[in-house]
Amino acid sequence: MTVVNSVTCPVCGCLCDDIELTIDNGEIVKVKNGCSMCESKFLSYKNEHRNKTPLIRKDGKMVPVSYEEAIHKSAEILANANYPILYGWSSTDCEAQRVGVELAEEVGGVLDNTSLVCHGPSILSVQEVGIPTCTLGQIRHRADLIIYWGCDPWSAHPRHLERYTSFTEGRFEGSEWKSYINKVKASAGKKKLLSLGRKGVLKHAPEIIPETSAVAKPPETLSKQGRKLIVIDVRKTMTAEIADYFMQVEQGKDYEIMLAIRALVKDQELDVDKVGGVPVEYLQELVDAMLNCEFGVIFFGMGLTQSVGKFRNVDVAISLVRDLNRRTKFAIMPMRGHFNVTGADTVSTWQTGYPYAVDFSLGYPRYNPGETSVTDILLRKESDAALVIASDPGSNFPRKAVEHLVANPLIVIDPHMNVTALIGDIVFPTAIVGIEKAGSAYRMDHVPLPLKKVVEPPEGVLSDEEILTRILEEVRIIKAKKMQEAT
Amino acid sequence: MEQPKIRVTLLTGRTIEQGVGKEAGKGTKEYIDATSMCYMDSSDMKKLGVKNNTNILISTSSGSVVLKAVKYPRGAMPGLIYIPYGPWANAICSSETNGIGMPSFKGNPAFVEPAPNKSVLTMEELLKSQFGR
Repeated sequence: MTVVNSVTCPVCGCLCDDIELTIDNGEIVKVKNGCSMCESKFLSYKNEHRNKTPLIRKDGKMVPVSYEEAIHKSAEILANANYPILYGWSSTDCEAQRVGVELAEEVGGVLDNTSLVCHGPSILSVQEVGIPTCTLGQIRHRADLIIYWGCDPWSAHPRHLERYTSFTEGRFEGSEWKSYINKVKASAGKKKLLSLGRKGVLKHAPEIIPETSAVAKPPETLSKQGRKLIVIDVRKTMTAEIADYFMQVEQGKDYEIMLAIRALVKDQELDVDKVGGVPVEYLQELVDAMLNCEFGVIFFGMGLTQSVGKFRNVDVAISLVRDLNRRTKFAIMPMRGHFNVTGADTVSTWQTGYPYAVDFSLGYPRYNPGETSVTDILLRKESDAALVIASDPGSNFPRKAVEHLVANPLIVIDPHMNVTALIGDIVFPTAIVGIEKAGSAYRMDHVPLPLKKVVEPPEGVLSDEEILTRILEEVRIIKAKKMQEAT
Repeated sequence: MEQPKIRVTLLTGRTIEQGVGKEAGKGTKEYIDATSMCYMDSSDMKKLGVKNNTNILISTSSGSVVLKAVKYPRGAMPGLIYIPYGPWANAICSSETNGIGMPSFKGNPAFVEPAPNKSVLTMEELLKSQFGR
């Protein structure tokens, strides 16, 4: 039995690199330090939902074939397509992504990654107004005001608070873990009293106040010393439950609220009582907390990028941080989802000049999300083949977009049987990056980290990088043959 | 008697159960259970007369789907419903990208009605009905 230390977790954009794995007889048997998603990934890598052999759809049925046949068939599809799309890339390593760019250029296709349906709008905003940001290490050691806006790290990035923000013991700022424990104990005690009150056991039962969606008044503790946690969302999330202050806002009103906050930061008066369901006096208290902090940070998620306004919501959030930096120190950071979606943007940018939605159909890279984004291409029914790798648009694209994906040849490279693989025409099994294949990935704050290989992949199963390299070689052979025939 | 029906705002997003399920594999029971349900506010459930863990029919301009209604366990969110990301949510999500590629996953209008006699489609049934595969 061996223990492997400092393993990087290949699940979310936190890229926690303190995972300890126990390996017995070539299998992972124990995971230490990880969250529930991390444990789920490391312990179920061998389950029955794993793709084991390449499959090709013949007469409506998926038939096992050799890698050679699947690679040749895929290369033929891509080399003969007029406008293929190559989508995904966020759950694989930068090494495979680099080959992906080469392949997209070779076949004159569209290279796009899952930023499209997560922080694509944030990228558009950053390109317009810039971004005052920092690394997570700076936040861990120095930030005394943490704001999560339209995101729920407790559900999507479970160790974000523990490793980088409120519950971490930094050099200059302490952990708020103890105050959280006290809050949980107080809440449990309150629930117990209410329950006893309902049963009629208590003589002076506490009054039961039904929960409402009305915005609560900011508590006195918002001006306390030490780290403060504020959550702004349309519903009370798991993270909101542990926050010092939870501001429940009306859905789709983030833009207005942030504009109002910007006005208040600039000492302007508002002649309305409420903005987005929040009384202006509460917003003023929030602004006071922002201005009185030493170093604040806003983390934002899909609540901003997927709601009405989309990239405009992020525009105004970044502009707010720019305003705040005139009065104190503030940073802003998107909560990136897949473990290497930041890597996909980075690799695409240093290879092509653009982070996502890169169109090679004219022989050189073009970038115009809305026109060259895969969702729009599918909705306009323009593509005639697709390669999907390390993602699952079948589960995460609107139905109308998936319909066109299915209407044309669909090549899927994924370790697990997912929805896209179920509806695909060619399915490649692959080694799981970060478990069965070493590589590199970028954390949400653009810090590159190494991914380890801790166990061997199933016998004969290739990695994403190898599969793509072989498809690329085959595409070049087919294209050279075509050239020869034409001359 | 006419079925009660209410207009709500549809949100889709992440839950920890969906996260654990997707890492275990999208064919697992964890993933399917976590994505074929819909969180609702208790006041909205009362209006419709639906109980916890019973089926509802959700319709939007993009389609309709039967899901299990679950009372939202934290705080109130009247007028909102929340479906974890997955193939069931995508069956009714708007494909409007506003010219920037991002579909509208949050904030679209939807109608909810009780569907005690309809069952939630399995993954295979859902894919077959939508894509014929």
